[in-house]
Amino acid sequence: MSTVLELTAVAKTFSMHLQGGIRLPVVTGVEFAVCAGECAVLAGRSGAGKSSILKMIFGTYRCDEGNIRVHADGRTVDVAQAQPRQILLLRARALGYVSQFLRAVPRVPTVDVVAEPLVVGGMQRDAARRKAADLLHRLNIPERLWQLPPATFSGGEQQRVNIARGFISDVPLLLLDEPTAALDAGNRAVVVDLVAEKKRRGTAVVAIVHDEDVRAAIADTVIDVNRFTAAA
Amino acid sequence: MIQYEHDQPLLVAENLSKWYGKQLGCRDVSFGLYPGEVIAVVGESGSGKTTLLQLLSAQLAPSRGRVLYCMRDGATRDLASLGEAERRFLFRTDWGYVHQDPALGLRMSVSAGANVGERVMAIGWRHYGRIRRTAGDWLARVEIDSGRIDDAPYTYSGGMRQRLQIARNLVTRPRLVFMDEPTGGLDVSVQACLLDLLRCLVAELELAAVIVTHDLAVARLLSHRIIVMKNGEIVETGLTDQVLDDPHQPYTQLLVSSVLPP
Repeated sequence: MSTVLELTAVAKTFSMHLQGGIRLPVVTGVEFAVCAGECAVLAGRSGAGKSSILKMIFGTYRCDEGNIRVHADGRTVDVAQAQPRQILLLRARALGYVSQFLRAVPRVPTVDVVAEPLVVGGMQRDAARRKAADLLHRLNIPERLWQLPPATFSGGEQQRVNIARGFISDVPLLLLDEPTAALDAGNRAVVVDLVAEKKRRGTAVVAIVHDEDVRAAIADTVIDVNRFTAAA
Repeated sequence: MIQYEHDQPLLVAENLSKWYGKQLGCRDVSFGLYPGEVIAVVGESGSGKTTLLQLLSAQLAPSRGRVLYCMRDGATRDLASLGEAERRFLFRTDWGYVHQDPALGLRMSVSAGANVGERVMAIGWRHYGRIRRTAGDWLARVEIDSGRIDDAPYTYSGGMRQRLQIARNLVTRPRLVFMDEPTGGLDVSVQACLLDLLRCLVAELELAAVIVTHDLAVARLLSHRIIVMKNGEIVETGLTDQVLDDPHQPYTQLLVSSVLPP
C-alpha cells in the first residue's frame, strides 16, 4: 500500500517565556510512517507527547525539526515547512481531525456542525445534511437534538457529534485523539466499525486510544511514543 | 471560504510604515491576503492595529511602503496611484468598512431601508421597488424584523445597529471587508449572535476580510490567520490555531495566557 504519512526526525520543544524562558522538550527523533488503509495507534504514558505529535501532523503545533510529509490529493506537503495557506488546503482536502473536545460555535445546529466539512468542500447543503443525519443516527444521537446547538449536550453526546464531524468526509488521512474516552460500550463499537470502514476505503488513520479493546480492534501497528520522549 | 484556485493575492501590504510626526503608528508591516481569506489583527490598544486598517483601506497615506490591490479586471494597482473614480468604486462597491461604532458607518436619522438602499443607489440602481426589496432582503439576512425597515437606526439597539451596518456594507457584494472591533461594546449574547452571523456571511459570500480585534475568541471563530502586533510592528503571524495554541513569542504567550476562561 502507498505511504500517506511519513515523519522523520521530528522534534518539538516548548519555550515558556512567561516562566523565565524555561524550555520544555516534548519529543525528539520521531520516526514512523502510515500507509493507506492502515491504522497506527500512538501508545505511551500520559505526557509522553502523543497529542503533541498528532497536533504537529495537523499543523496546530509548529514542528521545530524534521519533516512531516503527507502524500495525498496528488501531491506531497511537508506540514513542518508548509505555508499557512498550504496547510489550510491540506485540511480542506486531505486531513481530518477528531479532537478530544468539541469546540462548539454558538447557535449552529448539530446537523450543520457535522455537515460543515462537506459544505466547505463544496457539497450542496441538503446532501451534506443527509450524510450528517446518517452518521448522527448511527452514533445514536436522538433526532430531536439535531436542530439544537451541541453546546448544552452531555460530554458523551458532544464527543459523538465531534466524531460524526470528523468522519463525514472521505479524507486520505484521519487523526483521532481519544475518540472513545467518554463513550459507552455500544457507541465504542460504532466507532470501531466506522474506523474499519474508513480503512477499507483506503484512509490512513493515526489514533490515540487508551481503551484496550478498541485499540486491539482498530490497530494495525502500535507506535511506542515513550521512546521519542525528550529528556528534560 | 478560501478560494484556493486563486494564486494571486487580493491585497498585498509591502513594508507599510506610518509615523504621526515622531510618533510611530506602525512599521514595516508586510503580508498578503488571498480571496476568501480572513485575517485577524490582534494586539492591545496602541499596538497600531487601527492605523494598519486605515492604511490598508486607503484612508491614511503611508509614510513608507505601499498597498497593492487586485482590481476586478485582474490588474494589480498601487492604492496610492488610483484615480478618484477608481477610489470611489472601491469605497462604494468592492470594499466594506465596518466601524466599531455603528454611528460612524450609518446615517442615524434616515430609515434603515434607506441606509442599505443608499449603497446600491450610489452604484446606479434607480428602480425604487427593486432597491426596497433588496434592502428588505438584507435586513432579513441580518435578522432585523421587516417591520422596522422604515425606522431610523437611532431607534435601534446597539446589536441591531451593528447588524444594519453590516447589511449596508454587504449589499454591494464587496470582495473585501475591513472590520474594526466589530463586536466591541456589545454584550456577550448579542456578540455571539453577531459572530455567528458574520461567520456565515463571510463563508457564503466568499469574502476576504481584515478584522481588527483585541478579543482572541473572535479571532479564533472568524479568522484563518492571525497577525499579532505590538508597538506598531508584527511580532508573530501564522495559522489561527497555531498562534493561539502554540504561541512562540513572549508577547503572544502573554496575550493568550491573559484570557480568563469563562
